[in-house]
Amino acid sequence: MTITDAPKIITRRFDTPDSHTITRYEETGGYQALRTALGSMSPAQVAAQVKDASLLGRGGAGFPAGVKWGFCPPGVWPRYLVVNGDESEPGTYKDRLLMERDPHQLIEGVLLASYAIGAAQAFIYIRGEMALAQERVAKALNEAYAKGYIGKNILGSDYSIDVVMAWGAGAYIVGEETALIESLEGNRGMPRLKPPFFPAAKGLYMQPTVVNNVETLSNIPWIVSNGGETFAELGAEGSKGTRIFAVSGHVKNPGVFEVEYGVTTFRDIIYAPVYGGGIRSDRALKCFIPGGASAPWFYEEHLDLPLEKATVDKAGSMLGSGAIVVMDDTTDAVAACLSVVKFFSHESCGKCTPCREGTNWLEKILRRILDGYGRPSDLDLLMDVADNISPGIAWPPKQTTICPLGPSAVSPLASALGRFRPEFEAHIARAARAEAASAPAQAVGLPGGVA
Amino acid sequence: MTDTAATPDAEVEPEVVPGVPVTIDGREIIADEGELIIDAAERHGIYIPRFCYHPRMTPVGMCRMCICEVDTGRGPALQPTCMLECTPGMVVETASPVTTKAQEGVLELLLINHPLDCRVCAKGGESPPLDQTVANGPGESRFVEEKRHKAKPIPISDIVLLDRERCILCDRCTRFAKEVAGDPLIHFINRGNDTEVNTFPDDPFASYFSGNTVQICPVGALTSATYRFRARPWDLEAVESTCQTCAVGCRMAIESSRNEVLRYQGVDIDPVNWGWLCDKGRFNFEALGSEHRLREPLIKQGDAHRQARWAEALGEAAAALQAALDAGGPERIGVIGGARLTNEAAYAWAKLAKGVLGTDNVDCRLGDSLPAEAVLGLPQATIDDACRPGGTVLYLGPDPKEALPVLYLRLRHALVHDGIGLVEVTPVRTSLSDHAAVVLQHRPGEVHTAVRALLHGIPQGQDAGGVDPDALDAARARVAAAAEAGTLTVVVGTQSVAESPQWVTDAAAALAEAYPQVRFLPLVRRGNERGALEMGLAPGLLPGRTTLADGAAWYRTTWPTVPGAAGLDTAGILTAAAAGQIDTLVLLGADPLTDFPDRDLATRGLDGARRIIALDIFLNPSVLQADVVLPVAAFGEVEGSTTNLEGRISLLNQKVTPPGTARSDWEIAAELARRLGSDLQVASTDDLWNEAVAMAPSLDGITLELLLSPDASDGVVAPLPAEATPVPDEPADDAADAPVAATEPDEDADADSDEDAEADGDSEPTGPSTPPMVAFSAAQPLDPPALDAYALRLVATRKLYDLGTLTQASPSLAGLTPGTVLRVNPYDFDRLGVVEGQTLRVKSPRGGVEVEIVTDATVLRGTAAVHTNQPDVAVNRLIDATQPVTDIRIETGGAA
Repeated sequence: MTITDAPKIITRRFDTPDSHTITRYEETGGYQALRTALGSMSPAQVAAQVKDASLLGRGGAGFPAGVKWGFCPPGVWPRYLVVNGDESEPGTYKDRLLMERDPHQLIEGVLLASYAIGAAQAFIYIRGEMALAQERVAKALNEAYAKGYIGKNILGSDYSIDVVMAWGAGAYIVGEETALIESLEGNRGMPRLKPPFFPAAKGLYMQPTVVNNVETLSNIPWIVSNGGETFAELGAEGSKGTRIFAVSGHVKNPGVFEVEYGVTTFRDIIYAPVYGGGIRSDRALKCFIPGGASAPWFYEEHLDLPLEKATVDKAGSMLGSGAIVVMDDTTDAVAACLSVVKFFSHESCGKCTPCREGTNWLEKILRRILDGYGRPSDLDLLMDVADNISPGIAWPPKQTTICPLGPSAVSPLASALGRFRPEFEAHIARAARAEAASAPAQAVGLPGGVA
Repeated sequence: MTDTAATPDAEVEPEVVPGVPVTIDGREIIADEGELIIDAAERHGIYIPRFCYHPRMTPVGMCRMCICEVDTGRGPALQPTCMLECTPGMVVETASPVTTKAQEGVLELLLINHPLDCRVCAKGGESPPLDQTVANGPGESRFVEEKRHKAKPIPISDIVLLDRERCILCDRCTRFAKEVAGDPLIHFINRGNDTEVNTFPDDPFASYFSGNTVQICPVGALTSATYRFRARPWDLEAVESTCQTCAVGCRMAIESSRNEVLRYQGVDIDPVNWGWLCDKGRFNFEALGSEHRLREPLIKQGDAHRQARWAEALGEAAAALQAALDAGGPERIGVIGGARLTNEAAYAWAKLAKGVLGTDNVDCRLGDSLPAEAVLGLPQATIDDACRPGGTVLYLGPDPKEALPVLYLRLRHALVHDGIGLVEVTPVRTSLSDHAAVVLQHRPGEVHTAVRALLHGIPQGQDAGGVDPDALDAARARVAAAAEAGTLTVVVGTQSVAESPQWVTDAAAALAEAYPQVRFLPLVRRGNERGALEMGLAPGLLPGRTTLADGAAWYRTTWPTVPGAAGLDTAGILTAAAAGQIDTLVLLGADPLTDFPDRDLATRGLDGARRIIALDIFLNPSVLQADVVLPVAAFGEVEGSTTNLEGRISLLNQKVTPPGTARSDWEIAAELARRLGSDLQVASTDDLWNEAVAMAPSLDGITLELLLSPDASDGVVAPLPAEATPVPDEPADDAADAPVAATEPDEDADADSDEDAEADGDSEPTGPSTPPMVAFSAAQPLDPPALDAYALRLVATRKLYDLGTLTQASPSLAGLTPGTVLRVNPYDFDRLGVVEGQTLRVKSPRGGVEVEIVTDATVLRGTAAVHTNQPDVAVNRLIDATQPVTDIRIETGGAA
């Protein structure tokens, strides 16, 4: 076990019950980074600190935040900062806690980022279902306005900005940054095609826009206070600092854990008593999802990989949103696969044909197999339909769609079918036995089976 | 020339190929700058299949059918070619195994839930998915589950039905509704696999443009009540033509089966309609096949009509005309109408009326149009000029959505998507007002005051027609800047049928004087009103935009006679008829009782005319009074040409034969001429056009060959530019004293033209030369009378669906008339003691009607707004066409 004694950065206030209040925040060093930045740092210097920190985006794609900030085309104004708080990936619940337990940390991060990129306005977009997070962020914004941290001439400087909170209407896809922007503009949450609609160039209201995750921005105050290099001292070569992982599924102690990034292993975070605490009833591990529902599955042999972006990418999956979902040996792989595919089918926005129709078709075939109506040809059919959504079924995935939602449904299918094909075949064999025992007229065996 | 100019430069000049070189399927092609791959490929003969892409709407890249392997230097990746612009060196594979697999996959996925009822689907035969499947489909479905089922069809409007099972969610209809029409009444609802197109509850897709969604739907999801189950595409024969419902002149296709017109489809031409049609123009084909069409000539017998043979009816008609000539001369004949004719028929009737009968009491307008000399004489702009990005439009006219719907689409596109500026000067808010930078709302009859203030500021101590001074300042800056920059276009038309067109004419004159370089788009409303004016169907005019004074000598060389003096316009003819001064009145497809703003005058005029000859396709209220009714062939049943409000001439084609023995208008003119002992000397529409081109100055060079050539597929705007235009001799002087709607002593007109003829005769012994074209000038009218404190000044505007003949003869449209209420500012409500929703008697000096009264804060104080030509409330009873404005009083009762 490599449980490091790295300091907690963004969850350090979580243990006190009033961590969400401005009083507690100010007492624990809150808004000092903002004071420092506005008092003695140029926007470029703030950006440089973040770049030095090598802070990778915590939303899923893991793109360096400092680099992203530099993508806005120079001289194009106004530009906006959009905070992606639409945390919806199954098994992911870190941003919710950051917004509920330490909203001021996020707001200070938003202000620092806005200062660094020269944003004219910032928008905090919170998932529709997160009522408490919305309440706390709203209250925190009001407190920050009242204390002069937001608004005109912040802390006596010549920097002014408004921060606006908006909330979603309950769609997973709005976690995709261009769909979020559409939603923020008041439209249906449907992704835009990149190119040409890279948010940095053509984002909110077709203006340059930086979209950052809640966790990413929550790191900024600490980085500005302690220096980017201090942050970069933590973690591994390609994954600096600390990071929150959410462990759920068949573990004894599900929860969110801030660990040193790139050093801790999957075995640590699933089995260590301070983290996941091991599989329920001490059963055997069947598989686990390393980074959210769209990530290809990992197995026993991957347990000793460190939680480090490059390593996990190389091993054929991703750390994504940091959601680790553990499945023990009682899990039916077909049912688990259906569960994930059904989620994506349900959450497809309906814009692209392959995702809208394909994920639903996959769901129907899987349902049929699980219900005992599978045909031997269905496994090839599943893979071919999957191939039409994500050509080649490779990792990282290719796509016939605008956004990666459709291909996300392919990953678990490819994993399950690749590793646990006999389980699929067993369900189909059950169907074949039932068919042999039944009358020819029912041989098709499909409820209302019409082509 | 080539020797001297070419050599030195050509050697040093590097070879610059304009455009973007890309490779598509191994072929090097040159795409335009910013051109999408899908368009570039198609232009070079490589068709990439697509369902959601439509060249007139923003690409959304959502059907995924057009994805192809595209390599921009980072390796091939599947990309939607409808969203990617060509970049230099790009390599596109439209038929590689990866591309083919992906496209076939998309097609299969689109079809898994799509009903395979192609054999009974209205779209079967013209459906891209069906074509794709027939070409490349596997023949058997791998989808064994139950397809999606939804209730169907559901009516989403009075005309359009939706089958949600067939819908492939391409976003074309919804994009059209939002982006193009600006009526976002249909929308995606639900999500993912449950996504469907629908309306909001209790809020139907009541758009004037809904039929376009049926046309652009790639499947049979949207069908029109008029075409469902009527025919299959392979049963249809089509010809291209130009819509004559209003004066926009949308290019369209007439499609028929078994000699019956079954639908119109929009045809995309750049300068006009971009493929769109309004529902009125699209669905009024129903009128053509109406059982109420006139099929045989009728002669009045007592109070009823009896069927007659053509020989008898034409004999009666000729006798009626001859009787008028014998009784008092040509001025005892009046001809009203002609805006529904082809250009050729209009020329034939101009020649018959003016050149054979010798009367100048001829008017194709019905008292609610700009003066002919304004339409023909103002410096001309096209629709494209008005819509050009970077420009500013000064709009003084009717609500284009109601009067000229597809012009509204073009202006809306320019405003919303191309960011042109709009300054609107109007007595009531229009559908453009929300897009305007500044709206100057003025009192009825004071548009000229508002425009003069716009040009010169508000005179000290006065107000400018009730216009808000701050708005005026903003507008002044904008208009002056645009005029300075040469980017201003003035769109001008009549704003209200309850007032004389003189005010807006004066406003146009003031603008033309202040900005000599600015061009105008004069709005006429009726189908071929512009063509009829060009052909001289207005008093004081001869074909080719020339005045009677200027052109008499020229036309006498070919025509048997020419009127001695300028005659009367429609109001004048009706007034004269009412006074017993018109013996024979000809109605050329006109219904003054319904369509003339002043019902009382129209009634007295028709009653006072001794004999009425009507050429029409239906027995409308005015035709019912005719002594001789001659059934005529309608649109789609005749060939020829038409002229839109820009002066754009395009060809009309015949698709079906007229019902019964109905004849074309020009044949009737020729026949009547013969019976009157003359001869029009034409045997076909081609003859008519050739003669018109030879005679009419504005048509110089616009030969049949030109109109039929591929270069003229978008029509030809008359007159042809530059050297083709004859140079007018002192146009300003001639035009200034050219009588148009006024009367001028015979001697003067004759003397002028004789002098001209003689002067020209000196230099050219062959005879008179082509006369000059009319130039615009207008006398400044007196200010309107003061409004008495208890009265409201009326603004009467038209709605798209009204009591017009074609609309009422089309079952799908007839019921769409919205009716009318009288809209009054809440301030006046309180002042006059009126209660919302009350039905009260409204009186003008002319007459009275009962109408419901409602508040409308967008109506100026002291003003009342109403829609005219609607069922139940005969607003035309309130209007006196001889008065400059219409003031009404609301009778609040009490005493009764």
